[in-house]
Amino acid sequence: MSDKTNDRSTSRRGFLTGAAAAGAGALAAGSARANGPDPLITELQDWASYTGAGVDETPYGMPISHESHVVRRNVEWLTASPISSINFTPIHALDGTITPQGCAFERHHSGAIEMRKEDYRLMINGLVDRPLVFNYDDLERFPRENHVYFCECAANTGMEWAGAQLNGAQFTHGMIHNMEYTGVPLRTLLREAGADISADKWVYVEGADASSNGRSIPMEKALDDVLVAFKANGEALRMEHGYPVRLVVPGWEGNMWVKWLRRIEIADRAVESREETSKYTDVYEDGTARKWTWVMDAKSVITSPSPQMPIKHGAGPMVISGLAWSGHGQITRVDVSKDGGVTWETARLGKQGDAKALTRFYLDTKWDGAPMLLQSRAMDETGYVQPTKDQLRAERGENAVYHNNCIQTWYVNAEGVAENVEVS
Amino acid sequence: MSKSLKDILLPVAGGTALVIALAVFAANRDYGQSKIESLQSQVATARAEVETVKATTASELEAKIAEVQAAAAARVASGANLTAPAPAVEGAYGIGRPAHPEEIAAWDVDVLPDGRGLPEGSGDVYTGEELFVEKCGSCHGDFAEGVDNWPVLAGGFDTLADEDPVKTVGSYWPHLSTAWDYIHRSMPFGEAGTLTADETYAIVAYIMYSNDMVDDEFVLSNENFLEVEMHNAEGFVIDDRPELEYAKWRAEPCMENCKDEVAVTMRSVFLVETPPEGGSESLMNDATIEGLPTFTAAGPSFIPEATAKPTPAAVQTTTEEKADAGGDDALIASGEKVFKKCKACHQVGEGAKNRSGPHLNGLMGRTFGAVDGFKYSNAFKDAHDEGRVWDEASFAEFLAKPKDYMKGTKMSFGGLKKASDVEALAAYLAAEGAE
Repeated sequence: MSDKTNDRSTSRRGFLTGAAAAGAGALAAGSARANGPDPLITELQDWASYTGAGVDETPYGMPISHESHVVRRNVEWLTASPISSINFTPIHALDGTITPQGCAFERHHSGAIEMRKEDYRLMINGLVDRPLVFNYDDLERFPRENHVYFCECAANTGMEWAGAQLNGAQFTHGMIHNMEYTGVPLRTLLREAGADISADKWVYVEGADASSNGRSIPMEKALDDVLVAFKANGEALRMEHGYPVRLVVPGWEGNMWVKWLRRIEIADRAVESREETSKYTDVYEDGTARKWTWVMDAKSVITSPSPQMPIKHGAGPMVISGLAWSGHGQITRVDVSKDGGVTWETARLGKQGDAKALTRFYLDTKWDGAPMLLQSRAMDETGYVQPTKDQLRAERGENAVYHNNCIQTWYVNAEGVAENVEVS
Repeated sequence: MSKSLKDILLPVAGGTALVIALAVFAANRDYGQSKIESLQSQVATARAEVETVKATTASELEAKIAEVQAAAAARVASGANLTAPAPAVEGAYGIGRPAHPEEIAAWDVDVLPDGRGLPEGSGDVYTGEELFVEKCGSCHGDFAEGVDNWPVLAGGFDTLADEDPVKTVGSYWPHLSTAWDYIHRSMPFGEAGTLTADETYAIVAYIMYSNDMVDDEFVLSNENFLEVEMHNAEGFVIDDRPELEYAKWRAEPCMENCKDEVAVTMRSVFLVETPPEGGSESLMNDATIEGLPTFTAAGPSFIPEATAKPTPAAVQTTTEEKADAGGDDALIASGEKVFKKCKACHQVGEGAKNRSGPHLNGLMGRTFGAVDGFKYSNAFKDAHDEGRVWDEASFAEFLAKPKDYMKGTKMSFGGLKKASDVEALAAYLAAEGAE
């Protein structure tokens, strides 16, 4: 019975898909737009006749197959092995601000591990009155909070120091995601253990995976807004995001957001681990390096149009859209330029008031069909204005890898095709 | 146990000392009672050595937390927080349990720049070289020069101010403790946490030798560790963006006539195509800036004839055509890509050697666990004794979920999700590893 239905459905669908594709081709060409009735309307379609999928067909749903191109992607030659590597969020194809976990960028140092909640332990030791061990259930007994925060890898846009490199917002700016986290404030756990919280103390955090990624966080930050999180966007953390528990360090570089968090140690100095000396430090032109560059400064990027999101509709009304964020707090304004920074217009912001979270911006405008040099420029609540590439290079040279928050330029040609460029 | 616990539940000063003492026996992963007793005496000694004691007073903590809570409440009032701040109760909730000394010893093994946390032990350059070639060379090169994209560990002196600085343990790392700590805890890649303290001292000694920091007679130990001078110890400054950059960039930005004219100075070096199967393909962009307009307040200087690049759809078709035309070749090529996930640990082809995984030449038809000189897990030894043989079915089942198929395998790989990847990999191994 079902076989028969499927056969009929498939052959009919095959035919119709061909017809639809032909129709789309004609539309793209433009001239045929008004030439006759659209078979998608005048002919009975499969989906209007046959029944669709039952309720339990996908107990946990995936995006529809037609969106299967909206996925994380890596650039293989950037790293030696996918086990210690990074991929990129498809920010060009998303809207709003929340990043679904399934397409949020991943960065692992020794691969993502598949740990059970039952096997999870969190230790807090060092300069504490009571060294303690918590299991997963213990954590859910503490008062918890919900917050939306962005997590940006310090290396996001790092390739672009040396010039326009990778053609796509996903690849230039996709080491970022933005989720609603549920977790226990770190200060609650510090207090539970009777930690020494004097200002000169440090909180060293470490992961349970083979890389045992460890970072030192100054006490002031640890007491402020750091969360020991176990849910993201309402559901358990995905394996690749640190299931069952990760640290959330709002506004600070992603490497500090230790996944599979297993230990919190109060110490009287920074550990100066591998990830805070040999990596995640910034070498400047004279060979000296900056360390402890934790905060992610204000930054923005236009996600559409962009190289992976060309303008397909020709001249006329359109929406220029993008994302802005600042590790120092709220985004207060985003300006957009269509001429490479000669003239700026202020964009319309999405929800304001979310500190250290992605802010969506829109410039509702009309394209005259002429080439554009599209740029966006973010301002945050401290009055900081996102710098140009030239401003950044004047301060730091071109040898830095991390913390490139420069203004991005897309050249859009008369066909609507966008390309990553640098401008004078 | 309660006796040792008493020493663990020290005031803060003891906590610092504890780190030193506990790491001593952690190195050997031996948590016996005798060790705990020796630990207790070491704790006492270390405690006496701690110079400054900063006790936490309850009132200090309460005041700090009240301050943070008030700030969070202000954020709630502004509409920014999704939830009101978690309440702060008097004293502790009493959730969790005391950590056992063995547990702290097992996990608290980090080493500080001042040497705290270093276990007793030593290792010489010769031993280090042998260990390095065996355990590290496949990625870092036998002379720490780095293979492919894996980190270079030696050399690079006086390159930090060059265009592409070579940042090695010798040229860049400010503390030797970082190398010891990282190698001991996180290396070798895929076999983290298996090095003993002595092995770690030896490997660090060899890396120092590779960086011309010591001669070949050198022996590194916890005794002389702090005598080592690091080349770039003074090369770091603490984040000074607030002084150097923020002051300049917190200013009302220009909105009109901000520049006279803007020109494109560089186009994207790579065009990045996004094939339907995931990942990306980087192609060199041969377009030049010739023929692009300049921009002023009046708009672009002219509208060039558009030269649209190939659309992703066009590229897709090309890929499919290739696959159709190529047949086996395409499958092998695709398998070569998949093999990138394996090659951190496995070699295949002419001259392939055992690394952290056995070589894969002649895999199909081979008995499980049959490569000479490779130390297999018991799971594979048992399978070998049972005479199980690698064929398409066992290969596919193993690679889908290695740890399910071979419980106890040392292979630290999650598995290949796509059956097509397994098939391609098999084709590649058959072609590349033919004997």
